[in-house]
Amino acid sequence: MNVIEKILAAHDQSGQSHVRPGMIIEIAPDLTMANDATAVLAIDVFRNKLLAEKVHDPARVVFIMDHYTPSCSIDAADTHQAMRAFAREQQLPFVYDGIGVCHQLMMERHVLPGQLIIGADSHTCTYGALGSLATGMGSTDVAVAWRTGRSWMKVPEAIRIEVSGAWPAGVCAKDLILRIVGDLTASGATYQAMVFAGPAIRALGISERMTLCNMVIEAGAKFSYIQPDGKTAAFLRATGRPDYPVFADDADAVYARTLTYDVGSLEPQLACPGSVDNVHPIGAAEGIAIDEFFLGACTNGRYEDLEIAAKIMKGKKVAGGSRLLVTPASRDVLLAAMASGVLATLIESGAMIANPGCSACFGGTGGILGKCEKLLTTANRNFTGRVGSPDSEIYLASPAVVAASTITGRITDPRRILQ
Amino acid sequence: MITGKAIVFGDNIDTDQIIGAHHLTRPSIAAMAPYAFEHHDHFRRDFAPGDIVVAGRNFGSGSSREQAPAVLKERGVAAVVAASFARIFFRNAINLGLTLIECPEAGEIRPLEQLEIQGDLLLNLTTGRKFIIIALPPFLQAFLDNGGVVAHFRTR
Repeated sequence: MNVIEKILAAHDQSGQSHVRPGMIIEIAPDLTMANDATAVLAIDVFRNKLLAEKVHDPARVVFIMDHYTPSCSIDAADTHQAMRAFAREQQLPFVYDGIGVCHQLMMERHVLPGQLIIGADSHTCTYGALGSLATGMGSTDVAVAWRTGRSWMKVPEAIRIEVSGAWPAGVCAKDLILRIVGDLTASGATYQAMVFAGPAIRALGISERMTLCNMVIEAGAKFSYIQPDGKTAAFLRATGRPDYPVFADDADAVYARTLTYDVGSLEPQLACPGSVDNVHPIGAAEGIAIDEFFLGACTNGRYEDLEIAAKIMKGKKVAGGSRLLVTPASRDVLLAAMASGVLATLIESGAMIANPGCSACFGGTGGILGKCEKLLTTANRNFTGRVGSPDSEIYLASPAVVAASTITGRITDPRRILQ
Repeated sequence: MITGKAIVFGDNIDTDQIIGAHHLTRPSIAAMAPYAFEHHDHFRRDFAPGDIVVAGRNFGSGSSREQAPAVLKERGVAAVVAASFARIFFRNAINLGLTLIECPEAGEIRPLEQLEIQGDLLLNLTTGRKFIIIALPPFLQAFLDNGGVVAHFRTR
């Protein structure tokens, strides 16, 4: 079996030790996550359709308020009240309110290698960066898992992505995953697991591995996976999680296909408006004037992302006529950026700083776009109208591209500044 | 048997287009439903309950929000016919009992043509063409036959 099949077999409830792609299995997830965009619907299903009273195991349920925090409307405040009331009633031990994006908090505090996790949010696939299997589901599936401790899954085929080469200055994990989504298309990995391997993946820290794994859903994939290594162990030790099982490919592991990339020749990439697979090297759109810049989201709101932006922007100003919104992905990221001076550098350059959360990744809270405005963002989706007006346009890029572009007010290749 | 006119969309229709994230905190699916396909004028103009949403590849991509199939069902969409579906949307729709029809030739259906779904056949009553529907895996069909995921697990 490959490592995906091995982790699924370890969670299969029928006791079979061997699974293969296409099999439908009943599984017991280790953790179930819901946020304020999805939890209230799940609570409704739990109470009014399942007629359930008690969650199966409160210690396996995580509640995170991040999409509409601080509450940005009366409806949002009512949503948060409903979540808090349910959490009290069920005595849920893990409830986070306005201290970060759900996936960042899960990675900082909960995820372990070898776990199987379901979350009522499509970017739950991010947790493969620590060697867990995690995937997004809807509110009904999550409510069923709360009640029964079980769910079902189809064992996916796996795509292996072998990455070699030395990362050039100004080229980031974001550029690689945009290139991969562009090559595979928005549906090219549907129902499949995407396994990243090779020396250029080993060279990445956990933060950039999360960026890669975060966006596999943009090609339709169900899971991402990176084999845990010394960096994984160091990250988990530093956050109080020293013990976990490690799974690995058997010698006869089978992959549906293998793709190879050499990052040595990779350029900064952009996903141009409308679809995440509308990907081009930055040269295709350099010079386009931008109204709003966003540095944040579960894709690229970590300390390393803010740090590279500060390195590029130090002593420079956001161009007149445009605006920069920086939203750290969690309170820990915000504190680290305060302690090191990274936050001060960004503020001195003209950035607005928002409370940790999903922020301008979508049009729910702040940073909403007006008619015909253009946004250059480190987030993961550029769907038409996602961040406000249906006439606005969204470009996706790395934190280095966003930072370099804030200085000129136009899409700018960061290699011009970093070299 | 389902009959209705086709309300046609293209490829990669994402869940943000079906229901925008700023509507997800509204108190009920009924309160969100008027905003389904908010920025698609032809849906707002032409759709009547019982009509069939037709689309190309990867319908329902993006967010896991179950509110997307829920508002379509609430509005009275009789079925969604698409060349292919995104994974999470597909699962959510089956859980809710929204009929999904996978048909590789869905892109050949033109706006407002009259469609009829009969067993494993999709008939275009306007053009006279017939298309084969890709059947659900037996496991999921059994799920639907038992009344969906909620009924399945309630019996435990």
